[in-house]
Amino acid sequence: MPTYSLNTPLTDADIEKLRAGDMVLLNGIIYSGRDAAHKKLSDLLDQGKPLPFDLKGASIYYVGPSPAPPGRPIGSAGPTTSYRMDAYAPRLYSLGLKASIGKGKRADAVKQAMRDFKGVYFGATGGAGALLSKCITASKVIAFDELGPEAVREMTVKDFPLLVINDAFGGELYAKPNLEE
Amino acid sequence: MKEIKAADISAAVARMCMSANTKLPDDVRRKFEEGYKNETSEAGREIFRQLLENADLAFETKLPLCQDCGLAVFYVEMGEDVVVPGGINKAITEGMVTGYKDGFLRKSSCDPLTRKNTGDNTPAIIHIDLVPGDRLKISYMAKGGGSENMSRVTMLAPSQGWEGIKKFVVTRVAEAGPNPCPPIILGIGIGGTFEYAPKIAKKALLRKLDDVHPDPQIAAMEAELLAEVNKLGIGPMGLGGSYTCLAVKIAIAPCHIASLPLAVNVQCHSARHEEVEF
Ligand code: SF4
Repeated sequence: MPTYSLNTPLTDADIEKLRAGDMVLLNGIIYSGRDAAHKKLSDLLDQGKPLPFDLKGASIYYVGPSPAPPGRPIGSAGPTTSYRMDAYAPRLYSLGLKASIGKGKRADAVKQAMRDFKGVYFGATGGAGALLSKCITASKVIAFDELGPEAVREMTVKDFPLLVINDAFGGELYAKPNLEE
Repeated sequence: MKEIKAADISAAVARMCMSANTKLPDDVRRKFEEGYKNETSEAGREIFRQLLENADLAFETKLPLCQDCGLAVFYVEMGEDVVVPGGINKAITEGMVTGYKDGFLRKSSCDPLTRKNTGDNTPAIIHIDLVPGDRLKISYMAKGGGSENMSRVTMLAPSQGWEGIKKFVVTRVAEAGPNPCPPIILGIGIGGTFEYAPKIAKKALLRKLDDVHPDPQIAAMEAELLAEVNKLGIGPMGLGGSYTCLAVKIAIAPCHIASLPLAVNVQCHSARHEEVEF
């Protein structure tokens, strides 16, 4: 299994070398955003207002971390289920988003957007929030503080372990269930 | 009459919330160890390895096992001869709020329409059963949203029977795929009414993963369903493999002659629950 170490912001060249099943250790700045934050980002776009971060080359992590205890940059921080962001994701990919990070299946429209605009979908291990938090070295809220766990955070990650679930060429890692019929 | 102080209940509930979110139950850990040894897919084994490491780390650091510390669900068996001055609901709720605050647990409860967070994880979801005697048992479960979203209730026709039940459950797990953080645990409620089936399905998730149902017929049904579900090959995190489901727990109740209610409560591998008795 190929393993790549990549730095954000991600480029088209980064995305083009990735295939479903590859392992990636991600480094640099990523942004957290889940249900309520996506709704707000989409409202800002509708109103023609700037987003709290630059989408170009950006990676969005679908996560709502637990509160940081004293002395730690963040609490537990594993992925949430991605399909709930499917309604918003194609538009974000079309505006420069390069990667989303979560767990679970994506809609066809999202997979198509990743093909059209050179993007990938990474899976992180769900339910391993304590372990994954070790790779987040800094975190600060940059927008929508009122959303609490759903606020948008700028996070610095070091060797954040990810699997390419969907690549920019239609490849998918998830196993198809063996159903008779 | 036995009087139990509300403050004692609150303190015990606060402790349970913090402890359950940071210490993986021993029976779940044993299943992870078994999976790490026996899972057929390498990617799946790697997931079990990470989950074991995550459990160790959570226990050491007191960071929650999963950032989704769930809605706080309580199953209470309360003796008819027990009194709690001030009220049992308030005592549990206050303990939960303290536990989630002091334990740095995530507050995941919001208004269903405005989506505004209630800020303190209230309301606690409390199911109270009155039982004879003077004992009080409070079981707590941290129920995450990802697996709860994959759960379903359906009203089958009586003619569909066991075959219909199996088909519904297997199809549900197949459709859920990687979403609920497999390997999952299934709580199945068969019978009762529209609201009773899911109540007993969730309560069945409080059982130990490696226990065997005392009714041999139900034990056989659990084993059969587990084998069927694991044939799907979804595997840990949906990466393929033999461990899609760790255990199936079935609860059965009589139902209307016209109905066959069925509830499938999907639980993720982060099966956090604890209980306390007074
Ligand atoms: S499904 Fe369970 S393990 Fe996965 S993120 Fe939700 S609570 Fe955590």
